[in-house]
This record gives sequence, structure tokens and C-alpha cells, in this order.
Amino acid sequence: MKKIYKLEDLDCANCAAKMERAVQKIDGVNSANVSFMTQRMTIDADDNRFDEIMNEVVKVCRKVEPDCRIIR
Amino acid sequence: MKISLSRKDRKNLIRIIVSLAMFLAIFIADKIVVLGNVFDSPAAWVFPFALYLTVYLIIGYDVLWKAVRNIAHGQVFDENFLMCVATLGAFALAIYRGVSGQEIEGFDEACAVLLFYQVGEWFQSYATGRSRKSIASLMDIRPDYANIVRDDGSVDTVDPSEVAIGDVILINPGEKVPLDGVVVNGQSTLDTKALTGESLPREISEGAEIISGAVNLTSQLKVKVEKQFYDSTVSKILELVENAASQKSRVENFITKFARYYTPAVCVIALLLAVIPGAVTGEWSTWVYRALSFLVVSCPCALVISIPLSFFAGIGAASRYGILIKGSNYLEQFNKANTFVFDKTGTLTKGNFAVTRVYPEEDAEKVLALAAIAEHDSNHPIAVSIVARYGKETETGYTLTNVAGSGVMARKGSKTILCGNEKLMRDNGIDYVRADEVGSVVYVAADGAFIGYIIISDEAKPESAQVIGQLNGMGCRTIMLTGDNPEIAAKVAGELGLTDYKASLLPQDKVAETERLLAQKKPGEVLCFVGDGINDAPVLMRADIGIAMGGVGSDAAIEASDIVLMQDDLKGISLAKKIAKKTMAIVMQNIVFSIAVKVAILILSALGIANMWIAVFGDVGVAVLAILNAMRVNSKYSK
Repeated sequence: MKKIYKLEDLDCANCAAKMERAVQKIDGVNSANVSFMTQRMTIDADDNRFDEIMNEVVKVCRKVEPDCRIIR
Repeated sequence: MKISLSRKDRKNLIRIIVSLAMFLAIFIADKIVVLGNVFDSPAAWVFPFALYLTVYLIIGYDVLWKAVRNIAHGQVFDENFLMCVATLGAFALAIYRGVSGQEIEGFDEACAVLLFYQVGEWFQSYATGRSRKSIASLMDIRPDYANIVRDDGSVDTVDPSEVAIGDVILINPGEKVPLDGVVVNGQSTLDTKALTGESLPREISEGAEIISGAVNLTSQLKVKVEKQFYDSTVSKILELVENAASQKSRVENFITKFARYYTPAVCVIALLLAVIPGAVTGEWSTWVYRALSFLVVSCPCALVISIPLSFFAGIGAASRYGILIKGSNYLEQFNKANTFVFDKTGTLTKGNFAVTRVYPEEDAEKVLALAAIAEHDSNHPIAVSIVARYGKETETGYTLTNVAGSGVMARKGSKTILCGNEKLMRDNGIDYVRADEVGSVVYVAADGAFIGYIIISDEAKPESAQVIGQLNGMGCRTIMLTGDNPEIAAKVAGELGLTDYKASLLPQDKVAETERLLAQKKPGEVLCFVGDGINDAPVLMRADIGIAMGGVGSDAAIEASDIVLMQDDLKGISLAKKIAKKTMAIVMQNIVFSIAVKVAILILSALGIANMWIAVFGDVGVAVLAILNAMRVNSKYSK
């Protein structure tokens, strides 16, 4: 399943790249993309574990860039 | 220019101004009375230190906090951390000088560097936010609501996604058309500029199809909805534009990779620079200071922000002219495009086929009547033009069989009508009279005997020759593919100035021909196919870059192509080429400029020529300049 999330207070392009790399490493994520320009994160992940994976994504992002919030 | 700041930017601006004022007051006082000499004691350095540290904490508490927090999260090579190490290091050096009884200096610099850094960060955040908004607003075609008309005549405002097919909606002047539909009541003019780049408003009245995303200008309209929101033009376009950012160009990938190695590499060099010459010469404070300057320049932000911003601005600028580019990788490739393959009908020519002659003239009615029987079921432009010219009801009851690449065979009982090209006549052993006029020729035969032929011609689009000329002038090859016979092809190719053409191609031959051209091209060359999206989706997909024309409303074309020209105007191609060229030029400028300045500052710092002030410029100053340069992509272009 592919979903697009809006990101709030994503202020640094390097952080966006870091977030993208960190999210891609999460087990179950097929592909992830963080666009600094459109302030959006696109995630393609396993259907049946999607919510669980999203929780992990939020956790990982908070670690990399605590100021940025994922709007779910 | 109206300046509106986000809350965060405003808060930080106030903080910067206050700190700057305090810093200047202390700095000037220091220059006049020399704060380090105010107290006559070995610990005299504490007084200026305390003053500068206060300013430092006011301006830098968030940087310090983020650095600590990120280390706890294992993010070591973080910009905040590096700035802290650099500035705290500078403080430490100054304290060392104070304690060891040397002349008191360096506190002002440590404080100023962080202050300067924050000024730069603020400007960077402001500039990025502004440019992002200005580009995003160009693409802001998303309707927020729809006014649905209930059965009892009342009007409710709902989310566009709640409207079903068949519902009637009301669109007031000034509102965006929320969903695709047909006008059932009212007359108005529509502004489709945001969708197609066409600046002339469109007049519409009852029965007209309108597309979502256009703005209703003059009067109220009642529209019957024909597509659900997720399926409507505006959703399709938004999806495309939003996904564009995820198709990254090679340059962007290079920058991401570069950034990953650049920061750690600079940090390691900084460490070596502090330790080795320090140990050799014993002048620790000199070398540690130089190493600290290194840390300041170690963030690759200038590149990481400005390169995607340039591409984003390029895609944004193109969308303003009704050119949708599906990703920065296509923008990058399109700049290198040097072979343009055009479909003829509907792309180079208007595709408005009209019957220009019927042979033999005395039997014109009969020829047309038979041809209309065979062609009435087809929506091929040639067929449509024949049926339109005949203009009467056709005899029914015939079974129609398509003979691929030749024409149509119609059968009813023992009666057979053949309608198609010369091949069809030859294959069926018909003794036909060959037409020598230029145009598409449709031969008609009935029950084994030749009846006559129909000539259909097509006009070249007014801008075709100009665009082909421009492309040829840029050193591109222009090739036309057509199913027409070689005579027509040669005539059109000659008129328009095409470099080459391939005639008499069946639809599947177009794919094969494109494959052949793809196999021929040298590495680094890029082949574009330009089509109207009807019947040529496979070729659009096969080409390096597929360009579909007149994309509004054609889902298949939008899906299969990489660049969509929303307007049926070939000038979009040369315009897109200009935008691609400018984008890539600015991308290269930013890469070269940013890296060159950073490397120069690194070398100068290592040699002790550049101080920490210059290093801060190398970090935030370069980033701001690169952002401003990137915004130049989003300027006006002439067609």
C-alpha cells in the first residue's frame, strides 16, 4: 500500500535526506521518499502491517529530526 | 512585495535582533575600554567572557540543545553539533589564552560566529520557505469545496470527494471548478491558465464539458458531475506533480551521496589538522583554531537545498506554461534530448481531416455512400471525415472486419465492400485507378469491382514549422513517423523542414521504428517521442522521454508519457527545452560554486589565511546565494 503524509516543520533538506534513509531501512518498507520541497513523505509498505510500520516510521523520524511532525 | 513571516521565523528574527544589539554594545564597549583590563586581576578574562557568553546563550541555546539531543540519538555529524564544537572550541581557546596570561581576545569571535550562523540560518529558512511557497502556489489548483445542489433545491457546501457522478453542483464566479462535468445551466468564461497555461479565458455555455481546476470568472454555472474527485483532471494533475519530486535526477542522487561522505570527511581532516601539525609544531591553539574553522564549513546544506530547489522551480515554471514534467530526472534528460520523433497526425498536423476530392466526380455520391458504410463505426479521423462528408444515414446490416494496416471489409449477404489503401486493393486482386494526388487516399471497391477513391488531406499546425526549425537549430534530429504514403510524408516533411521521415508505418511499426532509433543512438543521447496520446501509448512508454500533447482529459496519455503538454501547442516543446537548459545550467553553477567556495575556504583556513568569520560565510552565505540562484529558474520564459 502506498500512502502520502504531510510533514510539518521540516526545515532542513539534509534532515529530509536523513529521514528518508532511516525510513527506508525499516523492515517492511518497500520504498520511502521524503520530499523537502512538497513537505511530504511517500511510503510504500506491507499492507497488513501498515499501521505497525507507520508507528515505527514516526519513531524513527522523531529520532532523526525531532522538530518535524508527521501528520497522520 | 508583502513580507509575511511564519511564527517561528518571526520569533527567531526578534531573537537575532536583540542578540545583535547586545553583541554590538559589548563589542563597542570592549573596543573603547578593553573589557579584559577593567579588573586588574589574573582572572580579568572572566568579565568579557561572562558578557559574551550571555549573548552566546541567548542566540545559541536552541543550537546547543539540538546538538545535545541529537548526540543522544546517535546523530553525530549534525550541523548543530559541529557549530557547537566550533564555537565552544573557540571559547575554550580564548579561555586558555586568558588563563595562560596572554592577551585577552577571541571571545567576541566565538560569539559572533554563532550569531552570524543564526542570521544565515534564518535567512536560509526564510528564502527556502518563500521560494517553496511561490512555486507551490503555482500548482495550487486543488479545489477546497463543492456546492452541491440537493433535490429540494437547497445548496450544501461539501468536500469535493463526497460528490457522486450525476450530482449537480453550483459554481459561483471566482470559485474553482471542483469536479469534471458538463454545464447544464448558465453561461460564463473559464480561466484555465493554471491548468493549460493558456491565458485567454474560455467561453462556455450549456452542454460544454468543463474540467476541474479551472476558475469560473463571470457568472454562476450549474454543472452535472461526470467524474468522481479522485478521477477528475485536477486530482490526476496534482498526483502527477506531487510525485514528480520523488523521481530524482542523477544530479540529485549524486548530491545526496556527496553529502553523506563530505561531512565525515571534513571532520576527519579537521581532527588530523588539529592533532598532527599541533603535535609537530607545538602551537596547539593555532592549529586547533584552524581545525575549528573546518567544522564550520562541513555542512553540505548549500547543495542539499539548492539542487532539489532548482529542479522544483524548473518543474514549477514549466507547469505555469501548461507543461507537466513527471520528475526531475526527465527535466535533466530532456536537456540532453537530441532526437525528436514525431507522430504526424494530430501532432505535427491538425488532424482535422477533410475530404478534398472524390474520384470519379460523377459517382461521388456512390463512392461516399459505400465508404461511409465501411467506415461509420470507426473513430479514426479519416473515417470520421468520410462519414461527415456523406452526412446521411448509412445502410445498416453489414458486418465490418478490420484488415490491419489496409482498411475495412464490410459484408452483407453476398455483397462485399472494400475500403482502404492500395495494399487492400492489390491483395484482393482489384484493378484500381491509382491516385496521384497528395493526401490520404481511400480506395473503394464493391463486389470485386473498383468504384473510386477519396482524397483526404490534413493541414500542418501553424507552429509546426517554427518549432521544428528551432529544434533543428539546437542541433536536434527531427524525425516524423506516419502511416501515410511516402508522397504525403515527403511533402509534409519538406514543408516543415524535418531531418527525416518514415512513411507507410502500421501502428506496430512505430514501436519497431522507435526501437531501431533507440538502438542506433550513441550513449548519452536522448530520444523523445511526441504524440497526441491516441494509439501511441506503447511508443510513448518505449521512448526515453514520451511527450503527450493536449493532455487534458486523456488519462492514457498522462499515464504513458513523461512530459504532458496540456495545450495542443507544439511550442511547449521548445519552451520545455529552454526551461530544462536553464535549470541544468543553474544546477551546475550551484554545484561548482558551492563546492569551489567550500574547498577554497578549507584550503585558506588550513593555511591560516581565512578565519572563522569567512568559514561561516562558506556555510550559510553560500547556501543563501545558491538558493537565490536557484530561484532564477522560476522566471519568465518566452515561447
